[in-house]
Parts: sequence; structure tokens; C-alpha cells
Amino acid sequence: MSILVDASTKLVVQGITGREGAFHATRNKAYGTQVVAGVTPGKAGQDVEGIPVFNGVEDAVEATGANTAMVFVPPAFAADAILEALDSPVEVVVCITEGIPAHDMLRVYTHLQRSGKTLIGPNCPGVISPGVATVGIMPTQVFQPGRVGLVSRSGTLTYQISKELALLGIGQSTVVGIGGDPVVGSSFIDILGRFEADPDTDLVVMVGEIGGSEEENAAEFIAANMSTPVVGYVAGFQAPPGKQMGHAGAIITGSSGTAQAKKEALEAKGVRVGESPTAVAGIVKEVLGA
Amino acid sequence: MDLLEYQGKRLLAGRGIEIPRGEVADTPEAARAAAEAIGGRVVVKAQVQIGGRGKAGGIKLAESPDEAAERASEILGMDIRGHTVRSVWIEEASAIKREYYASVTFDRAARRPLVMLSAVGGMDIEEVAATQPGALVRRHIDPLIGFQPHDARWLAYHAGIDAEAIKGVVRILGTLYDAFVSLDAMLVEINPLVLTEDGRVVALDAKVTIDNNAIGRHPELQEIGDILPEDPQERMARERGVTYVKLDGDVGILGNGAGLVMSTLDVVALAGGRPANFLDAGGGSKADEVVTALEVLLSDEKVKVLLINIFGGITRCDEVAEGLLTALDRLGATLPIVVRLDGTNEEEGRAIIAERAPDNVVVEATMLSAARRAVELAKEVA
Repeated sequence: MSILVDASTKLVVQGITGREGAFHATRNKAYGTQVVAGVTPGKAGQDVEGIPVFNGVEDAVEATGANTAMVFVPPAFAADAILEALDSPVEVVVCITEGIPAHDMLRVYTHLQRSGKTLIGPNCPGVISPGVATVGIMPTQVFQPGRVGLVSRSGTLTYQISKELALLGIGQSTVVGIGGDPVVGSSFIDILGRFEADPDTDLVVMVGEIGGSEEENAAEFIAANMSTPVVGYVAGFQAPPGKQMGHAGAIITGSSGTAQAKKEALEAKGVRVGESPTAVAGIVKEVLGA
Repeated sequence: MDLLEYQGKRLLAGRGIEIPRGEVADTPEAARAAAEAIGGRVVVKAQVQIGGRGKAGGIKLAESPDEAAERASEILGMDIRGHTVRSVWIEEASAIKREYYASVTFDRAARRPLVMLSAVGGMDIEEVAATQPGALVRRHIDPLIGFQPHDARWLAYHAGIDAEAIKGVVRILGTLYDAFVSLDAMLVEINPLVLTEDGRVVALDAKVTIDNNAIGRHPELQEIGDILPEDPQERMARERGVTYVKLDGDVGILGNGAGLVMSTLDVVALAGGRPANFLDAGGGSKADEVVTALEVLLSDEKVKVLLINIFGGITRCDEVAEGLLTALDRLGATLPIVVRLDGTNEEEGRAIIAERAPDNVVVEATMLSAARRAVELAKEVA
């Protein structure tokens, strides 16, 4: 089993005629995802490797029954693309685009809350349920089917930790990259709740980094709501305050948002935190008794 | 992007918030001329992108143009916590009756704009929040509805703003929120916002931080221009569009993806080494981008060893390897370089290095072993 993305996922790709959109739509399809439609305004009637293109998300959904959207639209237009998907019958939206202005995401987030739908990202690698389906840009060869859930703010670190798990023979139920921006559609808590409800996830690895207070909030949530064990990792112990470490959201402001504080918050709630990706995989193996 | 005080003030003044008359100067002579034009007592204020200028001696009062020139010569060139003062703002001294604090920020935890107001201003607001929590009133705003007059009145009355200033403060809060939205700001702060002896409400300082992701859609900010970092490598990296942060160790680090690079820094430290920097070559790094990144790293004389840690997704390991060879060829670097390549086209990448790289390049199989090797080599070199 899996969360968010599975065999019933029917994907519409917004921005499918762009270079990245076409490349990844085709790759997602090759992995087994039902990629049923694409959207590029003005290009209805065309197709990308056999995937029909529509002028808008609503048309695409009407014609194909798509239930999930992936946004590959440049940053200046991405918020509009997300809003378009949220206003269609699509239930889950995954936005890969990096560099969306924060004020745009503030408005999108407020609208999202009222819609009751799910947004993953922006600035994320997407979601993969290994062996079943993928929506996003993950290098699929890194992952293997299994019973560990993974949720992360970082793309490449997701690959690194999955590789470390693979070296110990541990696969994943679903891997979710929630993105590295200050405002993302789904928080750790949202995804942890889904993994808790998933009977096929035995343990969750949560990969955090400096900035904000998401990890601290997740620690509270885990203590109060989770029976599935959680193993943590936090990147950025060497990060100096006030400097943005790549991700727009990865910045220590004042005394808050440090890796040390996040590690302590998690450990205070009984979550074991690995000090390196290798150590995280070791702890997972130990907790699973595998 | 953090704006300088005078840049922020001019943006606010353009939207109708009153500021004291002033001019920017980058020499003592210019400061004298500015003080003459303004007339009377002036304040000479260091223009740096960091707080705590007053305590550091970066703000001084001058009674005459001669004194303004003298104060400016003391302040110009001063180092305020790693920031060199390159210009001063000369402004007319205000007759202050009361000092307030007003700001609009981007509250990440709530995912809402947050408006804050206090009748206790002119000092470190975090200290006010800690010692007199009731003195700082806070109100979250629904971004789809916007800031309403009743929000402003609620803030002004609850903060205990003086009756004669209420109207002015309410108006300024509205303008401040509009500025926050229309400038794509992460922070707009006035501290102090003052009530003058003659009953005006005036912004004596301004701190404005703009969302880097939104600068492209603000032509008015392009005129202000980018304020480049002081550090030579950070400056070079910014000019070339590379994500780079300088640290103070000797192991230079290049990786792809912010999370993996941060993690690499930590693993190097765990192995007993000291990272010299954070450098994210980004997704889809092509050979040319790797060359640029290496040029930045190699220009730092403190770097004794390079650690290249790549986990290819969109990034292809063979392109990274080609970039490394090109860079070495062009730059002739002889320092030890430890490379770890994983993910897309890893075999091709490793083969390129095994066949064609010079002897100072070594390949390690895992991130951990690569970090340990780099730290060992750094100790040998030192």
C-alpha cells in the first residue's frame, strides 16, 4: 500500500509541453503512473508522446478523469496553475516548481485550506510509491518497495537516505518530498498523519533541516498521535545564523530554527535522531528488528 | 534582499509615510553639504544591512555641518559586526515625544502576515517581547481579505498608543501593510515610529527585506541595485549565480541539492574536519556549472582539500566528472580532491575520472567514507 500516489492515480501534467514537463511526464508514465493528460494553454489537440494536451485542467479532467495534477509551470505563473488545479475536481496537486514568490504561496495556502484538498510542494521532488507509481522528478532507481515511509524537506537528501536504507535491504511504502520553501502545502504533520493511518507503513523516517518550526511541531504531533515509530534526521548543524542555505526556507533566524534545537525537540518526545544519513538507516534497521 | 535604511525609507515615503528630511553621503564633505542643506541639528547614521548600529557607535548627533563631517569621517569605514560602513544617511534631528514600534512580517509558523505594534519603541523589540510581553500586540491577517481599518484600530488601542497619535498610527499601519504586499516584502519594520513634539507621526528608521524570489517583478527595486556581499568568494559566487556560503574551515565542499550539501557539512564535522563553505551546484548541473563552482571554491586560499559529493537525480554524474576535468585543466589545481558520485550515470562518471583524472583526484564509494578521507587529507596537508 501507499499514500497519496498509487495505481489509481490518474495524472494531469500542467506545463507538459515545456522541456522539463515533457521529460518528466514521460518518465513518470514509463514507471507505471497513469499519465492521462497534459495542459498547456493554447495547445489543446496536440499530444506529448501520446499524452493528450488540453487548454485547461478542467477540460483535461472532464475528458480523462484525472484525479491528480503535477505542476511544471515557471515560478511567475505557478501559483495560478496551482489555483487552477485546486478549482478543478482534482484532489491532489504536486508542485515541483522552485522559486515561487512567498506572497503568492501565502494566498494559495489560505485558499488551499478552504478547499480541503492536498498540495505537495512547491519546490519539491514529488512523491513515489516504489514499484507502483511516481509523480515528480525522483530518480526512481534509488527506491525499492517496502514498508518504511519517508517524508523530507530535501530532494537529494531523500535519495541519499533511501540509498542508505537500500544498502541495508530496507524498502519504502511511499516517499514524499514536501519541499524546501517557507510556505509549502503539506507539513510534516499532514504526511505523518497519513502514514499513521496507512496499515502498510511500519515506520516513518522524517528528514528535516534548519529554519522554521515544522520539526518542533511534528515532535508534538508524534508524541500525541503516532503509534507508528518515527526516526528523525536533521541537516544543518554547521549552518551559521542568518545565511540562507540553498533552500528559501533553510535559514536560521535569531535563536530559532537551529538543527540542535530541532534534534532536541524530537528527542524530548522520544524520537531517535540519527546524526548522519548512514546512522539513520542503522537506527531504522534496529527499530524494525530486521 | 535587505535594503539599507535610506532605501527602505524612500520606498515608504513614496507611499505617503512621513520621514525626516535627509540625504545619503559617502564622504565627510558630502555629509557636510547635506547637513548644510538640511540646516540645524542632524543625525549621522551608518548605512549597513545589520541591526544594533546605535550600540556599535554607528549613529551620532551633530550640531553643525562641520560636526556632521567629523561624525561622518568617524563612522565611514567603520566595521559593524562584519559589515563595512560605505555610506551614511544625514537627517534632520526630530523633537521626539514618544517612540513606538510597528512592523509587518511573514509568519512562517502561522503561514500568515503578522502585524505587530507597541507603544514601547526605539529599543530591541525582542527584548521588549521578552521582558514586557503585554507591550507588544500581534494580529495575524488573512491574505485573501487583507488588512482592514478595524485591524489597525484594534492594534492601536490594544497597544496603548497615545490618543493624539491614534489617527496617524492607524493610517501608517494600513500603508505599511500595503507596502508589505506590493513590494513582496518578508519584513517591513519601523523602529522607532515617533510622535513628535508638534504632534506628527514620523518613521525615524525603516527595515525592509524583499523576497529574493520576487525581485524580478519589481523594476523599482532594480534601480536600488544588488548589494553584494563583503566576502570576496561570496561576491564572486553571487555574480556568477552560484549558491554559496563561506564558513571558516579548510575542507571545501561542493554538492548538489541544499539538503545533501548541508548534510555533507555535518558529516565532515562529525569526522573531525572543518567545512570551508556550503556550495550547492543545484539540480541539473552541467559541466560549465561545475567549472564555475570550482572556480569559486579554488579562489579561497583557506581550502586545503575539496570534497565533491554528488547524488545524481536530474544531475548526471558523467557531466559532473567532465566539468571537474575541464576545471582542473583550466585552473591547474593540485590540491587533493575527493569525489563521491552516486545516482544517474554514476558508472560513466566514475569511469571518466578513473581514466582521465590526475593523481590528486581520488574516488570514494560512500558519502561517509568520502568525508572521512577528505578530513584525513586535510590534516596531512595542514
